[in-house]
This record gives sequence, structure tokens and C-alpha cells, in this order.
Amino acid sequence: MNLDKEVAKIEMQKMVRGENSFVLYRCVTCYACEEYCKRGNHPFYLISDLQEKNSILPMPKPLITQWINTGIPTKKDIREFWGAVEPVISLCLFPEYINSIEGKLFEGFSIVVGRYFFCQLAYLHFGRPSIIRERLSSIIENIANHGFQEIVFFHDECYSTFTSYTQAYGIQVPFRSVHLFEYLYGRLRELEDEISPLNVKVAYQRPCSSRLAPEKEHFVDDIFNLIGVERVEREYDRENSLCCGGIIRGQQRYDLFVDVQRRNVVDMVNAEAEYCVFNCPMCFASLSEAVVKRDIKPIMMHELCRLALGEVIKS
Amino acid sequence: MDRVCERLARIVGENYVSNMKEELYIYSQDPGMMEPREPDYVVMPKTTVEVQKIVKLANEEKIPVIPVGGSLSLSGLVIPHKGGIVLDLKRMDKIIEVNERCRYVVIEAGVTTGRLKAYLEKHYPRLRFSIPDAPPSATVVGNIVIHGQGHLSQQYGFNSDMVTGLEVVLPTGEICKIGSCSVSPYWFSLAPLPDIAGLFLGWFGTTGIITKLGLRLYPRKKLRDIEVFIVEDPHLVPDVVYRVTHTEMAEDIFVNAQPYPPIFKDIIMMGICITGDSEEELEFKRRMIWNVLRTYIDSKEGGFMMTTPDVKRALLEMPITGTTRFADVMKGGGFEYCGPIIPVEKYPEAYKKLLELSSEYGVTYGNTCRVIGRGHCMMFAFGYPFNRADPDNMERTKKALHESNVASLDIGGVPWKPEVPAQKMIMARMDKNTLELMKRIKRFLDPNGIMNPGNWEG
Repeated sequence: MNLDKEVAKIEMQKMVRGENSFVLYRCVTCYACEEYCKRGNHPFYLISDLQEKNSILPMPKPLITQWINTGIPTKKDIREFWGAVEPVISLCLFPEYINSIEGKLFEGFSIVVGRYFFCQLAYLHFGRPSIIRERLSSIIENIANHGFQEIVFFHDECYSTFTSYTQAYGIQVPFRSVHLFEYLYGRLRELEDEISPLNVKVAYQRPCSSRLAPEKEHFVDDIFNLIGVERVEREYDRENSLCCGGIIRGQQRYDLFVDVQRRNVVDMVNAEAEYCVFNCPMCFASLSEAVVKRDIKPIMMHELCRLALGEVIKS
Repeated sequence: MDRVCERLARIVGENYVSNMKEELYIYSQDPGMMEPREPDYVVMPKTTVEVQKIVKLANEEKIPVIPVGGSLSLSGLVIPHKGGIVLDLKRMDKIIEVNERCRYVVIEAGVTTGRLKAYLEKHYPRLRFSIPDAPPSATVVGNIVIHGQGHLSQQYGFNSDMVTGLEVVLPTGEICKIGSCSVSPYWFSLAPLPDIAGLFLGWFGTTGIITKLGLRLYPRKKLRDIEVFIVEDPHLVPDVVYRVTHTEMAEDIFVNAQPYPPIFKDIIMMGICITGDSEEELEFKRRMIWNVLRTYIDSKEGGFMMTTPDVKRALLEMPITGTTRFADVMKGGGFEYCGPIIPVEKYPEAYKKLLELSSEYGVTYGNTCRVIGRGHCMMFAFGYPFNRADPDNMERTKKALHESNVASLDIGGVPWKPEVPAQKMIMARMDKNTLELMKRIKRFLDPNGIMNPGNWEG
């Protein structure tokens, strides 16, 4: 939305009063307003709550049904969990990355994965935050019952759930959440002597959920400095970064989706990026084909770090 | 070795005939529900002349002959219900000719879909055929004989509609060519001659043995992509299909519903495959399809699924191997489906019945449909995986399949590649004069009644 400040202010005030606003219908759920608000308020959480209160569907009903069914926590998934000991990393709902969690960065790590660990925060995109609150407490309890004191979260949406979101809604979390990038940076420091600078130019695709934990963003630059890559200067980066487009497509706003992806990728091309580095597997799924078509190599951050350690990436 | 076996050995050589128990066992069953029955002999000819000699022998000895391709019908169509000689055509595996400019191929009866696909990809990358979603060991001719469908059926109809010529060995042993190849060296078309190919299509080998096939090939575009439109309400499916087929932008349209995994629960997926030689062509087609479904998007009743590259890859496979994997979801190696051809407008009724039967008999289901022609009809699969080691599960599945056949006919559909009991159901409802005509044709062509007996017997 391209609103002037006065209109934005009026609409925000309406929503603060719990009233309806066109914003609730047009929001692309990019989470950016959570970061733009420097007063510790949670404008996007408010938007999502109001969408649900007013039965406003950001997406078609079948997509919402599909996602609600996908994230139902089931006991079956815990088989991956038995025998897991700290240090432990949660892969959320992304088992396809199990084989990439290896090498020096992840020596000794146990992996947990599956719907049993799914943080549920995605339902913010679907205007159904009550699902998050309905399921989250039992998931936290389940995880805590296994006695982990500290979990590294592969997906920063999980990290943000167990930090920002739970804090905003007063939900207690009895374990310490570690952001993947914070962990990677610390481990890379330990392995500093083994790093071979990559000497490549990269664009960083910032995910929506990183807006909920902006205090961790410096680790992106810290890691890049450590492994010898240049983060190219471009228009759509940092606070001004663009959505990968996945959710916008899910909202069936095809023209906007095409436009956002095009601007994003052209920006990377113009900045002469050789790699597009991802934090979020969903962003990777959404944008990787588009960057490949412009001869930019898509790669997840932990895999880039492994390259710097001279390891071979299988996938 | 008995007398018939010796005579068969003289035709094909000792290595290609058997009456050994362990080899007969293989031909006694398929993965479906029909009761197993062993043949008396299995023989593997290499040439049409050998097929001819075997058929003549069978007539002399009054022994049934069951022509077999990949044995993958799932409905027992090549189980030798009355024993006899199983004539396994797998050795007849020559790809005889590809006419690139006329876009057709001539193959022998044992050529598999996997082999033809690989051959064309290697030697004729601009050509393709309509690949069915069967394992690659299914034979092209076998698929044609059962009026199979494939990835080009939405554009060009049943795979049997793509036949350009046949060579058949009649039940009395004559070798006969059908189509342009009967008067010309070219196998380009059945027309303009009187169409007698239909005497051998859909008859399950009861009227003769197809030994060679001419088949249309089609342009193979450089790029393929898929959009998956999902709805919750089955009543929307016919109109979605109608709208998308109207654009004539899609290559293939399939409709899927299944309870597992949870991402598929409570929704109906319509896979719309598009192809193009450039990104621009693909994008044009994609936009046409998005635009035509805008009404449902705006009403929030339907939308395009968010698909990852992995999901797309799986859905764009030819054949889709996920179907095969789902077939063994119960473990125990059992899978059969009743797949009637129905009017697309009957989808909601069929879907409702499927859910009812699944619930009534406590069996899981998989529903895969393929649109045939521009919405002219669709194959609707009442698919039931089952566990062979669980007699109770088998019994319930058998009942569900029977009810599915009844329901298919009740809603105005016709069971596709029906097992023998379903054939009898069809014939019981068939126009009496049509049935009589079928009988006359069979008697005329196969006076000794040796060809795959048990099938299409009124």
C-alpha cells in the first residue's frame, strides 16, 4: 500500500479503536509494520486479530483450510524427537533440509522436525491468529516436557514465535530460543581458522518473520564479514526489503506478485549479485526459480557458511 | 514337457515357453481384487508370424489365448479365467518407425510407455505421446486396448483416439492391417477408410491380438509448468473445468482428492498443466487461466495453491509416481480402483458417493480424475488401496468397489476397464441390440471362443 502519512495515521487509529479499515482488506501481511513501529507496539498482530474478528479472509477459504489442516500437531511426529539431546535444532516443518544439517557447523546436533514442533505463526498470514494461540501453549508444553533448556530454531519464524509473539501475548516459554544466525556466527567464530573467504557478491532475501526480531539482523552482516562475502548495495534491502512474493501469490494478487518479484530480482541483477542468500525455506521455494532464471544462484545461509568451510553441499 | 508345450516350443524356441508352476504363478494375478487363476502355458513370441502360428495352434487345440502386455490393468483383464495360453508380448519390443514430419510412431505390441518416452526424448526431443499415469512398464498397446488416458487427453481425447493404424492377428489366425497402412506404406491415419479399428479397441483382446500400432505424436514444448486450483465445494469442479477448458490454454487437467497427508484433507485440487516454448508463452497461458477463474478467487471460494518447486516437480512428472506410491499406502500390495468415465457435471455426485463408501466400509480412498477432451468427459477414480494380508480389509474393499461400479452406472457413467463382474453389470444395462451386435461380432471373429474368454461374455 502506498499511503500518505495522514491517511495511514487515520486508518491506524481506527484499527487501534477496533474499527474496520480498508487496510484490513489490502494488507499483504509482510510484517514490515512490526519493525517500522519503534515503540514496541505490534501493529501487525493487531491487524491480524482484527481480520479474524471481522471475518476478513486474506486468502481464499480452501487455502486457509489447507494450511490449518497442515499444521495440526500430531503425536506421530514425535518419533523424530526421541533420543534427541542438546544441542538440538528444530527444523520446523522442513524435513527436506535434514540432510543439510551436517558438517562442522552442526557437529553433535540432534534434529527435531515435524508438526509437533510447528510454531503455528504462519496463521498470521491467514487472518486466523486464534489458531496460533489455541495450539501454541500445548506445543510449548510438549517441547518443554522433553527437557530442552535451549533450542536453535532453523526458521526464524519459530524463533520469533517463541520470543516476540509469546511476549506480546504474555505466553510463558520455559526454554531459551536461539536464532540460527546467532548460532552460526558463534560457531563460525570458533572455526574462524578454517574459513576460506568466498569472495562473492550476494543479495540477502530478508523474510517477513525477521521483522519480528530485527535485533538479530546484524548477524547477517557479521556472518558475511566473517566468510568474506560482499552484501551488495541495493534498493530493496534491510528495512526496505521486499517480500519474496509467496504470500502475495497465495492472496491471489497475481499482478502484484509478478511486480514485486520482478522489482526484487531486477534489483539483485542491477547490483550484480552472484548469489541470493535465503534465511527462510518458504522464501527459497517462492523466489529461487525467479533468481535462477536471471543466473543468480539461490542458497540458504547455513549452506553458504558451509561452503566457506570448504564443505560440499549435496542439495 | 507336454504335447502343446512342445508345439509351442517349436514356434518360439524352448526358452520362450513354459508350463512351470513358478512361472505360471506370475501370470495368475494382478494387484487388484480378481481371483487368481493360473494359465496352462505361457509363451513369448518375437514376431507377428509366431503370434499367428500360436493362434492357429490354439484354434486346433481349442485352448484359450490371453494376450498380455504389462499386466497392469488392476482389474484382472488378463487373468486367464479359463486357463489356456498366456501370450506375453513383451519380446515384441521394436520401435519400428518414427515419422517426424507426419508426427506418428509405429511400434510393436510389447513396447512399454517408459521405453517409448525415453526413445523419443533421446532421438526426437520435439515429439511426445500421451503418457498414461501407469508404471513405465505398462505397454503402449495395452493402454490403447483399454481406452487409456494420458497427459495429452485433455487436448486430444482418449489415447485410443490417437491410433493411426493397427496390425492385428485375428482369432482365426489371419494377419490384418487397418488404416492407411492397409493400402499405403504410411501409417498416418485410420481415415478416410471405413473405421474398423474399433473392433479391437476396448475389447480386451477378445477379438484379436494387436501386434503393431501406429500412434500420433504431438509437439513437445520446451517448458512445462503447473497451476493448482483448489476448492472445498465439489459442486464448483464442473464449472472450473468448463472455464479452464474454454481457454484452450491447458495441456492436461486432473482433479485429485484424498484424505492424507493433511495438506490434501478437505480440499479438491485441480492440476492445470501448461506448456510453452518460451517464458512469454507460458506467462500468457498462465494469465488466461488465472483470469478465467477470477470469479471464484474474488468470492474466496477457490484459489491457486502455493506450490513449492518440489511439489511442482512431483506434479509435473510423467507418469506421476505419487499415484503409484499412494497405491501401497495400506502396505500389503493391494490396490484397485473403479474408474468410470463420467460426464464432468456428475463429479459432485461421484465425489459424494466416494466419501460415503469410504465411510461405510471403513476403507481409505484416493480420488484421481483426468479430464478427457475439452470437458467432454472425465475419468473418475474410486481408488482403494488395501492390504492383502488382511482378509477383512479385502472384503470391505471388494464391497466398496462393487458399490462404486453400481454408483458409476447409476449416475450415468460407464466403468472403465471393468473387471468381469462389472462388465456383466454394464451389459445388463446395455441396449439389447447393441449387446446382440457385440455378440455377433465376437462369434464372427472368434468362432471357437478362444480369445481371452470370460471377458465381454453376455
